[in-house]
Amino acid sequence: MILPRSEGELVEAIASATSPLLVKGGGTRMIANAQGEVLDITGLSGIKLYEPAALTLVVQAGTPLAQINTLLADERQRLGFEPPDLRGLLGRDGVSTIGGIAASNASGPRRVQGGAARDAMLGVRFVDGRGAAISSGGRVMKNVTGYDLVKLMAGSFGVLGALTEVSLKVQSIPEAEVTLVLDGLSDDAGLAALRRALGSPYDISGAARAGGRSYIRLEGMAGSVAYRAERLRAQCDGAVLEGAQSAAIWAGIRDVAPLHGRAGDIWRLSVLPTDAAGIVAAILAAFGGDTLRDAVYDWGGGLVWLALPAGADDAVRAAINGRGAAVKLRGAGAAPFAPQSDQVSALSAALKAQFDPHGRFAQGII
Amino acid sequence: MEMPRPSSMILSRRAQIVAQLRAALPKSCVIDDPLETRVYECDALSAYRCAPLAVVLPRSTAEVATALRICHALGVPVVPRGSGTSLAGGAMPSADCVVLGVARMNAVLSADYDNRFIHVQSGRTNLSVTGAVEARGFFYAPDPSSQLACAIAGNIAMNSGGAHCLKYGVTTNNLLGVTMVKMDGTVVTIGGPWGDGYGLDLLGVVCGSEGQLGVVTEAWLRILPKPEGARPVLVAFNSSEVAGACVADIIRAGILPVAIEFMDRPCIRATEAFAHAGYPDCEALLIIEVEGSAPEIDEQLSRIRAIAARHNPIEFTEAADEAQAKRIWLGRKSAFGAMGQMGDYMCLDGTIPVSQLSYVLRRIGELSAEYGLNVGNVFHAGDGNMHPLILYNANKDGDLAKCEALGAEILKLCVQVGGCLSGEHGIGLEKRDLMPVQFTPADLEAQMRVKDVFDPSWLLNPAKVFPLAASAARRGDT
Ligand SMILES: Cc1cc2nc3c(=O)[nH]c(=O)nc-3n(C[C@H](O)[C@H](O)[C@H](O)COP(=O)(O)OP(=O)(O)OC[C@H]3O[C@@H](n4cnc5c(N)ncnc54)[C@H](O)[C@@H]3O)c2cc1C
Repeated sequence: MILPRSEGELVEAIASATSPLLVKGGGTRMIANAQGEVLDITGLSGIKLYEPAALTLVVQAGTPLAQINTLLADERQRLGFEPPDLRGLLGRDGVSTIGGIAASNASGPRRVQGGAARDAMLGVRFVDGRGAAISSGGRVMKNVTGYDLVKLMAGSFGVLGALTEVSLKVQSIPEAEVTLVLDGLSDDAGLAALRRALGSPYDISGAARAGGRSYIRLEGMAGSVAYRAERLRAQCDGAVLEGAQSAAIWAGIRDVAPLHGRAGDIWRLSVLPTDAAGIVAAILAAFGGDTLRDAVYDWGGGLVWLALPAGADDAVRAAINGRGAAVKLRGAGAAPFAPQSDQVSALSAALKAQFDPHGRFAQGII
Repeated sequence: MEMPRPSSMILSRRAQIVAQLRAALPKSCVIDDPLETRVYECDALSAYRCAPLAVVLPRSTAEVATALRICHALGVPVVPRGSGTSLAGGAMPSADCVVLGVARMNAVLSADYDNRFIHVQSGRTNLSVTGAVEARGFFYAPDPSSQLACAIAGNIAMNSGGAHCLKYGVTTNNLLGVTMVKMDGTVVTIGGPWGDGYGLDLLGVVCGSEGQLGVVTEAWLRILPKPEGARPVLVAFNSSEVAGACVADIIRAGILPVAIEFMDRPCIRATEAFAHAGYPDCEALLIIEVEGSAPEIDEQLSRIRAIAARHNPIEFTEAADEAQAKRIWLGRKSAFGAMGQMGDYMCLDGTIPVSQLSYVLRRIGELSAEYGLNVGNVFHAGDGNMHPLILYNANKDGDLAKCEALGAEILKLCVQVGGCLSGEHGIGLEKRDLMPVQFTPADLEAQMRVKDVFDPSWLLNPAKVFPLAASAARRGDT
């Protein structure tokens, strides 16, 4: 294991490496089959800048998420994209770091309103496979100066380089939140209710379905939340949960709690919300599965988590049939990247070859 | 502004190039009459002009591919063009290039309200995307002031923003997928209406790549349900510093207006003379807009009023009705036009951390005095995206050069305080040579490697974004 203490040491480690490396933060989101000598980033840790009035945070990549959450909470702020904690789902322990979140574009339920991790990332520093320290973006909210390598690094799972620093846009914690709980609907009707809510002017910040219930979240100023909840209930009546009870629901959805401790493989699907119920039914039918137990829908149905027996690959791909993407995050042959068209695969491989010509990083996952 | 010397080899083969394009494309798609190609000699950075060798205006992705295949085979540079409203010279041609305009490709391919996206050809104008969905209560959020004219193609290439991006984000945050043709003529679809593709985020790097990676022909865009209502307030102050502090306090309080626009005295005076919006004669004014139902708007505005009151504004006017709302926005929306009445102007676009607002405004004032050129400031204050407008006289010898030198000073100042050269207009030709102020050679090298992947022969919009010296070897300019 290599444990650099500074960007300079990291550059040195990569430039002098002669065999593949495996960039690692807390290891809570790593994909099992990636190989190489561990290059531990947790030595690069700490807050570089936090300006609450500018909603900006600059941190080193190995900084633990928990430390960031505490720092922000003291100023009544938070990471708007709600990064999931996947330890329970993937059966990992360890400490989640911001570098791992950025490199996996880990985004929770609020993505439907405020965007993904990639959208909150204002800048990055990273060291590529040639040992060059590279900076892209910055710390300001609007920046079109040069190509957006920040997006390229977001969700790249370390195949292009090792992140050393991430700049993020943060948001204020709203004063109120409520969740509308819709019970007793079929999957079709329950997902349709989510889509209707997302198509309403009520600024939905969460739309999920699990265990036979649909959940719709509203956040904001107290009066506004009350007003919108009332209007929504006129269109789909349900029980209302407030404050901590509401927050607990969304922590569970975010971390995919209904699938914790499950045997078999864990899949994540990205599909059109209107296709979700049909695709899930087709997949589960092949295995005698049941949506109450085996599926969690987020983003109004655009994101689906599934627990499936091993060997479901063909059934999953057949059900999606090109209308979306699926990745297996846990199980034999798990990989963070979905199969792509020949054109996109060729471009991705060529980018990998440009940034990592010696094949230093994350062999076996692109 | 230096441009690479046009290739005499290409110029000498002009007839052959045009003939090949004509043979492969419908006749009306290829323009080479010098009177007609003149129309394409510049974009909105009109200080720089150069007519292209020819212009191609395809009507489909397949025709774009045909045109690119021919240019690729003949080694002819191509400059993609949407509506030509770039303020950075991004669509400015060279004498040896073919301009490939997508203006004729403006169809809506599909609109899906249940899944909240629209699929359009890239030549469609920004405002007409909203136009296509508003009857169903939806809109497309990024709203550049040029939205009546600019095309989605240019918006994607520049990752354009708008007044309302404080809440809704810029183009990249609202783009789901594209169909694009690479310089060699291959068609690639990246992303799609379902969002995350689980792979390298190629879409993220294509957006904002200023027409250098491929010609975008179609796009899937996120559409959003329209809020129930919106209302602006106008708040006037006797000091820019205090106005800046008020902005910081609003953001700090956790209120997220959809827009916070800032105008300083030179700009207010110019717009008043031009548009008569009834603005007070003051040092700085803010236009703050909030959205929602009437009670929600009242709730937000009462908080904003309380925060503003702590800064002793000389005026706080809430729009009582639609007509007053229009008047409040009128001056802001005519600001560029008003400054244009006073003479030629150059519009800068650097972004700064909002905490540096008052320092930067003071420094701009000092630099303006030093250079003897007037500067008006009108900008998106919520996110620190400045728009200093430098007034100069194009007919006065040396004035343009002086204006550019002042512009460069101001942009360096933006970078110095932790900001960047461009918040939404792009680098293009205009800021190309300033890139080393913000980036190290290694940073620029990494960006150019991305272009190497998409366009190994460096034929797409080759003389933009990167300093000519840095890209010389790649462009074969030795
Ligand atoms: C009065 C005025 C106000 C403005 N206000 C704003 C504002 O508020 N916010 C903002 O962000 N910008 C603003 N702009 C700048 C400009 O309108 C934007 O940059 C816009 O997105 C350009 O779009 P266009 O279609 O005119 O592109 P063009 O000017 O034609 O081209 C711009 C760039 O896009 C590339 N390009 C064009 N088509 C394609 C394609 N099919 N594939 C790949 N690349 C392509 C070109 O090569 C060029 O580099 C303003 C401009 C003016 C004149």
